[in-house]
Amino acid sequence: MSPTPSKKSADAAAAAATATQARSSATGLGGGGGGAGMRLIVPLQGVVQGRGGLVLGTLIPCALFYFLQFYLRRNRSPPPTSPQPPAANGPDLPGIVRSSSRNFLSARGSSSHAAISSRAASIARSCDSPYFVGTKKCSEDPYHPVDNPDGVIQLGLAENRVAFFYPRKSFILLLPFGGLIPVRSFLSIVVGLLQLSLDLIGDWLARNVKDTLLDERQGGLSISGLATYQPFDGLVELKMAVAEFMGQVMQGSVSFDPSQIIMTAGATPAIEILSFCLADAGNAFLVPSPYYPGYDRNIRWRAGIELIPVPCRSTDNFGLSIPALERAYNQAKMRGVKVRAVLFSNPSNPVGNLLHREALRDLLDFVTEKGIHVIADEVFAGSTHGTEDFVSMAEVLNTDEFDRSRVHIVYGLSKDLSVPGFRIGLIYSFNEHVIAAASKLARFSSVSVPTQHLLISMLNDTKFITQYIKTNRERLRVMYALLVNGLKQLGIESVKSSGGFYCWTDMSKFMKSYSEKGELELWKEMLNVAKIHLTPGTACHCIEPGWFRLCFTTLTEKDVPVVLERIKRVVDKH
Amino acid sequence: MVKGAESCVPLSEVATSNTHGEDSAYFAGWKAYDEDPYDAASNPAGVIQMGLAENQVSFDLLEKYLDQHPGASGWGCGISGFRENALFQDYHGLQTFRQEMATFMEQIREGRATFDPERIVLTAGATAANELLTFILADPGDCLLIPTPYYPGFDRDLRWRTGVRIIPVHCSSSNGFQVTLQALEDAYVKAEGMKIRVRGLLLTNPSNPLGTAITRHVLEEVLDFVTQKDIHLISDEIYSGSVFSSDEFVSVAEIVEARGYKDCDRVHIVYSLSKDLGLPGFRVGAIYSYNDRVVTAARRMSSFTLVSSQTQRMLASMLADREFTENYLKTNRERLKNRHDFITEGLKNAGIECLPGNAGLFCWMNLAPLLEEPTKEGELRLWSLIVHEAKLNISPGSSCHCSEAGWFRVCFANMSQQTLEVALRRIKDFMKNMKAKQEK
Repeated sequence: MSPTPSKKSADAAAAAATATQARSSATGLGGGGGGAGMRLIVPLQGVVQGRGGLVLGTLIPCALFYFLQFYLRRNRSPPPTSPQPPAANGPDLPGIVRSSSRNFLSARGSSSHAAISSRAASIARSCDSPYFVGTKKCSEDPYHPVDNPDGVIQLGLAENRVAFFYPRKSFILLLPFGGLIPVRSFLSIVVGLLQLSLDLIGDWLARNVKDTLLDERQGGLSISGLATYQPFDGLVELKMAVAEFMGQVMQGSVSFDPSQIIMTAGATPAIEILSFCLADAGNAFLVPSPYYPGYDRNIRWRAGIELIPVPCRSTDNFGLSIPALERAYNQAKMRGVKVRAVLFSNPSNPVGNLLHREALRDLLDFVTEKGIHVIADEVFAGSTHGTEDFVSMAEVLNTDEFDRSRVHIVYGLSKDLSVPGFRIGLIYSFNEHVIAAASKLARFSSVSVPTQHLLISMLNDTKFITQYIKTNRERLRVMYALLVNGLKQLGIESVKSSGGFYCWTDMSKFMKSYSEKGELELWKEMLNVAKIHLTPGTACHCIEPGWFRLCFTTLTEKDVPVVLERIKRVVDKH
Repeated sequence: MVKGAESCVPLSEVATSNTHGEDSAYFAGWKAYDEDPYDAASNPAGVIQMGLAENQVSFDLLEKYLDQHPGASGWGCGISGFRENALFQDYHGLQTFRQEMATFMEQIREGRATFDPERIVLTAGATAANELLTFILADPGDCLLIPTPYYPGFDRDLRWRTGVRIIPVHCSSSNGFQVTLQALEDAYVKAEGMKIRVRGLLLTNPSNPLGTAITRHVLEEVLDFVTQKDIHLISDEIYSGSVFSSDEFVSVAEIVEARGYKDCDRVHIVYSLSKDLGLPGFRVGAIYSYNDRVVTAARRMSSFTLVSSQTQRMLASMLADREFTENYLKTNRERLKNRHDFITEGLKNAGIECLPGNAGLFCWMNLAPLLEEPTKEGELRLWSLIVHEAKLNISPGSSCHCSEAGWFRVCFANMSQQTLEVALRRIKDFMKNMKAKQEK
């Protein structure tokens, strides 16, 4: 029979499971659209050929052209997949859909004879933590401005959709011929199309994708370079292109060496592999809190490394405190726990603030003095929207005489390039032994080669990339300002932050009690009454109750007033 | 500020251990190849790679498919569906793709087994699938039993980060290296004696490096054994589509179904498109488990090794084309059989016997008669001669933990026919020289 897990591992499991749920996407928001595209083809063709109605030549002919391409291609390609109910269903065993032959099994009851490992047993149980519950609710009742205006709005997912149009089933049903549609819907189409016209990446692909895969040497489509075993830590061309991209994203202040890069299937395995390289099971990392909930799963689960939160305070604007690190280090030492590294995110997730040069240098001093590593998670480096400049750890190393072999950076394209599904992450290390070990460990989490080729082409199109980075930043700036100012008018303050897809907001005055319990109650109220899913500070190990992370990148500008109105519902009651 | 100095920041045991195995003979041969690779035109005297179990014999079929399906050559990334694709990182995997994988697996078994797409967990390659299962089924310090000879990569994939051990189940040439109940018992008892908890048995079917499909009789015995010991069974079936005559392959899934799914909570199958479809670069692997908790845990753990959504989309289209897959499987099997027959015939003419094989991308050849001494050292000396004199990288049986010295794995599908002919000529010459030396 399976062994009973300790409470510690059950907590770890709960935290890990919630993080997993939150990460998994494919919420109803992303679904959209489908079969009725056929109806549009003739009228749209009419529009494009100049025989259209009122819309022609007025607003956005280009956008309509892309729009047309979209629907034509959609009809030629296999039917779009309906998104799976997300991970929310995962841990509930009855939620696994079974074919009829499986009914026999389900009748047998759940006890299995051959036991699974304690690692797996603790995670296979379902749990009710906020992160998971909220995401589940979003998937069951997803907000849609036209089809489901009372649905749950997902603000708990740090995913960037500002680069894409907002999916509207109404697109398919509406014909842009003026009088045939209600004006309100027409406006929604216009806004949507405006965003579509700026769907830079999708547009680039429409123009370039075929070329990305032709093997120029052979002048035709050759599969051997795509299909055969390639170095597990990534093609050299991709490393070069990514190094270039990183330099660009960090505004040219530092350049990256491709030979220090190990590509992995996302930043998630990058962090895990680094953890396996830098510490043994039972060791610990110091992590300034609040921190990204996913770390609990990524680092504690299989690598068995403890995460010691080092609280940052609102009075310091949640900035890094060396004295606090020092205290935490000493406390760990007294417990007999060996600290092996400091892990921090910059731009910070969930707060969104940036570390300035002095802070980075102080941190380097600290880790050097303690003889430990430092891991800088810089996945949001290109997603800055404030006036401050982002300074990478690499840049600080550049100018100063530090022992570089203790420094490791995690990066990826999920956030800055909005392609989390493609699984492209990396470890950037200054330690040759880590590079050697990690490049071998990358075999367990390797990037798919055709995807690598696609990215190589895309990243090498520097004109496109420059435009993309600029536009993306601008949109983040707009959305951030909209949301934060709107919240301010409701009397809700946010930490001044310069990066990421979210704002870090103080809702403590609306809690019934200034405690974790009070925070969770408020969180539930937000979910059930306001029907908004936010990330509560407790999930991020924040020691001050009442702070919430609100992600704005799955919203359009139009959604912001809706969000604010919903929040007002709850706020007005207090 | 501290001045830059020689770093003494320690790394983990995982990082500094040798469990990656890349210092072994298996990989030393690869090194020799890397330094001096054969090329018909530019380096005809270079080392020919026969240590890589990769299937290149059917690339043209894939290329033809792409040529005829320009939409697919958008590689799942036309503007339509791009957004969903790019954002999709759900560890359930694309429903359509899982559906197609399940159907493809059924196709390979010619309908003798059924697969429920909801039980498929996708991973970035079979390497990841095997490691994941090990993390899930065993704790550090426990062990898995594996019949020898086995794929050298298991030493790394199953042990490195997991801390799990491998206890070999020794098979002998007296019965064609088939697993026997006695051998299983012996290994189990040995583990008990070492106070190591046995968590499961891992079979590769068809076998790498033997190139043989496991018989129904042996599978039944194995299933009885694991049931009696209350341990898991992992059946690595990544070469299932590479059995030359499809009816000679029996999947553990068939046995499970024949037994009415009784006690199947302990059975898990690993699959991949790297061998059968010749697409190792795509990084597509799968775990199929009859155990709900394992499916749940594996799904979550697959976050560390998700398959690119673009790749899933692309392959879902390709696998959905039944005409293509039927034709591919049939043609691929024929070509592999032809290659196999060609090389075994050639080896026979050179005086070398192979284990009669019916599957895979390689054959298991017996050079024991050439050994000065029937030991691992003797084998490695011979192997070194073959790599450096005959300039052929083949895999020594000792790296596969074979208990009998003198066996070697020779891959035949990762090169052109012409290269294979060159390799056979070199083997023939090598054998002639060896015989001459022996006669002296």
